[in-house]
Amino acid sequence: MRELLEILEKNARISTAEIASMLQRPEEEVKAQIELLEQEKVILSYSTLINWERYGEELVTAVIEINLTPQREVGFDALAERICRFDEVRTVYLMSGNFDLLVVVQGKSLKEISNFVATRLSSIEGVTQTRSHFLLKEYKKDGIILENEEQDRRLVIVP
Amino acid sequence: MNWSEKLSTAVKSIAPSGIRKFFDIAAQMDDVISLGVGEPDFITPWSIRESCVYGLERGYTSYTANRGMPELRQEISRHYKRLYNLNYDADKEVLVTVGVSEALDLALRAVLEIGDEVLIPEPSYVSYKACTTLAGGVPVPVAAKLENEFRITPEELEPYVTPKTKVILIGYPNNPTGAIMERQDLLRLAEFAEKHDLIVISDEIYGDLTYSGFHECFSALPRMRDRTILLNGFSKAYAMTGWRIGYALSNEDFIGAMTKIHQYTMLCAPITAQVAAIEALKHGEKYMKKMVAEYDRRRNLIFDGLNKLGLKCFEPKGAFYIFPDITSTGMPADEFAEKLIRTERVALVPGTAFGESGAGHVRCSYATNIEKISEALKRIERFLDR
Repeated sequence: MRELLEILEKNARISTAEIASMLQRPEEEVKAQIELLEQEKVILSYSTLINWERYGEELVTAVIEINLTPQREVGFDALAERICRFDEVRTVYLMSGNFDLLVVVQGKSLKEISNFVATRLSSIEGVTQTRSHFLLKEYKKDGIILENEEQDRRLVIVP
Repeated sequence: MNWSEKLSTAVKSIAPSGIRKFFDIAAQMDDVISLGVGEPDFITPWSIRESCVYGLERGYTSYTANRGMPELRQEISRHYKRLYNLNYDADKEVLVTVGVSEALDLALRAVLEIGDEVLIPEPSYVSYKACTTLAGGVPVPVAAKLENEFRITPEELEPYVTPKTKVILIGYPNNPTGAIMERQDLLRLAEFAEKHDLIVISDEIYGDLTYSGFHECFSALPRMRDRTILLNGFSKAYAMTGWRIGYALSNEDFIGAMTKIHQYTMLCAPITAQVAAIEALKHGEKYMKKMVAEYDRRRNLIFDGLNKLGLKCFEPKGAFYIFPDITSTGMPADEFAEKLIRTERVALVPGTAFGESGAGHVRCSYATNIEKISEALKRIERFLDR
């Protein structure tokens, strides 16, 4: 199961027939396992890692540190869930250290993001402070180096 | 003036490589998928590269001891203690070389008298015969058989033993077949070596790339440590081919003799590569295991794929090669390989490049990514349908 997930994590487009060969299992079994993993929400989605900058799309990303006042019974969870529901919010982590939530927000412009932070995030009751850091350049994302110059330099035939 | 007349007899007697032709054809083409590469497609893990860069920054640019840096020899010795419970004295029984290629040359030169015979199970790596000849020896190829999954047996070797036989040179996991020897096969070979008092040179460069169970180290068999010159290196397991770094392990006398040649010919292995090799042994295992797991999945994919196309092959248990039988196509290996690259742009190596017993086979390397292997299989299918 783990190996199946490792293969899919690297390449979600690979066919079940290929996976079946690689793992030496019947294709039907592989299909069933994938379905089960999807049902159990171990596999959440099949997304594509895109270098938007290369495509020519201007996207602004900000990493925002948020301080919260924890609430009785639920601690940080209720507030974190509220913040999660905004489409602009790509990622939400609960952190140890000087702040509580690390939130990644994406928008079309600096203005759009600062507007979102000011009117939507800071205004939530329980949010005591926000600090926004705008992202200047992406070098590596989810294990993939975006501009990788390493290439296959091997000769075509080697004994 | 015909200068070639002035060349030594030994050099003249060595046949030119049969691979050159395919190399030239491929060079004129785009979009070639190569299953012909005998080296990893991975780049050396960054932590290993980084340690070399750091070493350069700190001024590691000098010669080292002839035998290699003490720290590297100790790491190698520790590695063999840990994996195979073998004891090699890091000061006297370990020699760091410029790849296994140099180690093989040294081993043969250290033990062969002119005319001594070397048993070489075939198909085998292309250097074995040539190096034997250059060292003054006589290579005696012995065909391993497909029905035995290219493992060699004492019965097959016995008819070739003469009073001049001094060495048996083995390489398992094998390039080009992907064959391994199980423990019981090796024990019988050990018995054979003892019976005829042969030196065993065991090239175990692909040892870490063993896919079912564990690699059996020849030197770790009972009474074989001193009889064996064990050769290994970093090229395949750690994706470090271009660094040219390997080593030999054996008794003090053999290693001493090899060191004598090494100090006058090579002096020492490059210090940059030695620094990187230390890092590979200290912290490289997790990267190596990851690469091995990936090779294993590719192995399954190509094994399945070729069998489905009707090209019979046995399941290779080591290295990164598969050696399908192509006699069903009615073409000899050389013709098959040439037509395949010309029509479908898939490069592979005819089995005959590795000895006559490779006839009727081609070597496919699966040291290439899944997408390319799948595409190569499609192209081969199209080729067979023609």
